Amino acid sequence: MLELDAVNAGYGRAQVLRDLSLKVEAGEILCLLGRNGAGKTTTMQAIMGLLPLMSGRVVLDGTEVSRLPPHEVPRHGIGYIPQGRRLFSGLTVAQNLEIGLRVRGSGKDVLEEVLDLFPRLRERMDQKAQTLSGGEQQMLATARALCLRPKALLLDEPTEGLQPSMIEAIRQVIVKMRAAGVAILLVEQRVDAVLSVADRVAFIENGRNGDVMPAEALRQDHSIVDRYVGV
Amino acid sequence: MELGPYILLASLEGAVTAAVLALTAVGLSLVFGVMRVVNIAHGEFFMLGAVIAWFVAQTVGGHPALGFVAALVIAPLVVGAIAAAADMTILKRIDYDPERTIVATIGLLYIIQQLTLMTYGPEARPVEAPFNQRLAIPWFEWGEEGFEFYFPWGLSTTTYKLAVIGAAGVVLVGVWLMMARTRIGLLMRATQADRDMALAFGIPVERVYALVFGIGAALAALAAVLIVPIQQAHYLMGADPLLLSFIVVIIGGLGSLPGTVVAAIFIGLSDGIISVFFSPTLAKILATLLVGLVLVFRPQGLFGTRAA
Repeated sequence: MLELDAVNAGYGRAQVLRDLSLKVEAGEILCLLGRNGAGKTTTMQAIMGLLPLMSGRVVLDGTEVSRLPPHEVPRHGIGYIPQGRRLFSGLTVAQNLEIGLRVRGSGKDVLEEVLDLFPRLRERMDQKAQTLSGGEQQMLATARALCLRPKALLLDEPTEGLQPSMIEAIRQVIVKMRAAGVAILLVEQRVDAVLSVADRVAFIENGRNGDVMPAEALRQDHSIVDRYVGV
Repeated sequence: MELGPYILLASLEGAVTAAVLALTAVGLSLVFGVMRVVNIAHGEFFMLGAVIAWFVAQTVGGHPALGFVAALVIAPLVVGAIAAAADMTILKRIDYDPERTIVATIGLLYIIQQLTLMTYGPEARPVEAPFNQRLAIPWFEWGEEGFEFYFPWGLSTTTYKLAVIGAAGVVLVGVWLMMARTRIGLLMRATQADRDMALAFGIPVERVYALVFGIGAALAALAAVLIVPIQQAHYLMGADPLLLSFIVVIIGGLGSLPGTVVAAIFIGLSDGIISVFFSPTLAKILATLLVGLVLVFRPQGLFGTRAA
């Protein structure tokens, strides 16, 4: 569904990603693991077209999205839940969701589905996004991305700074999306928070591909994780 | 005549200044807020509006109202189109880098100014107001028969000046409605909040930028069309509105539209009153001093929020 093919990218002249290749199937959760600065967030920005690629390509469902201008990329069905949530502050919850709905012309039914996943947001529709609690903001960031009926979903540290009950809520939504056939690329520092839901794990080191293995292998032998991400 | 009527007269003159200033400054503030671009050429867009208004009024002829109404429509559209073109051909190519944008808009300032000098010439030319009745304003005093009204000599305004204040109010409400209620306003506010996320949610940021730059310049041009029957069009007339707009935008809070309007009314009125009672130079000195104080004690401006 979502495929990165030998992607080189970076900020200005500082190259971060070096020949990175990844493949996420529909209905699969791929967890991208790596140390700070390994290039996880950069990978997501490169997929969204927010960083120009030096070479390589990003393909979504047969479309080479890396050839498109950045604002066209989400219109092909990539929902992005960025690190730090990055809601449109000053806009209400309803307006943030409206922007998500407009990306692919989703209707009211999609909004209702999304709000059924996050009933808390329904009560806060007219509240300004920045006045929500941390957990609610994460719900809104997730809901905003789901509003565009994504084929692929990128989640960058969705559990950062959240209490356990919120982490559980987010995790359940991710699992539901997988069941609906969405390709999910998940970046997470806290391995234990996501290992239980991931199907496969891809390691990334200094912007290069590391091993890719079934999550099952890591659940049984935790030492592999320590070798890649341990201090 | 006692002091009261003088203050009223000065306030009315100040209100006209405030109205025109509010429109110009809101244009500047909109551009800075959404695009984070400091547009030094803003005053030249104002001047272009006035000069184009003169050309249009000359071409149309007939009753002054015809030429004026035509100018009111054509000047903002033409100036907006020029600004949008400048955005797409210059600012976009330098990637809206803050320093290079300032240098580029300084360049734009001189290009527009000198081209106007070469074509329109160094003369100051008036545009006739569509209507201009003198209105005497009554004042009151406690006379022998108690409270009574009379018309002091010299205390008057014109219908056109009142119309300028009214028109500016209507346009400002229009800008507010556009930002708060329309689809394009929502896209502008989302772009202002987070440019990258706007892109990641399918907002064509480049087109939003060109539109915002065009609207900002068009507002300055509209303000100039309104003032040109009172002030005359001249190729150097952009300097004062630019300085005052920056003063207003800094005091009001960069990118805050309500703050800009409040500061414009405050600066416009105080400029009018101080100019009448003391001197225009003192008014500018005090306004600039206020900017200094605001920058020292409240850098985000009176109504601004700290950078997120």
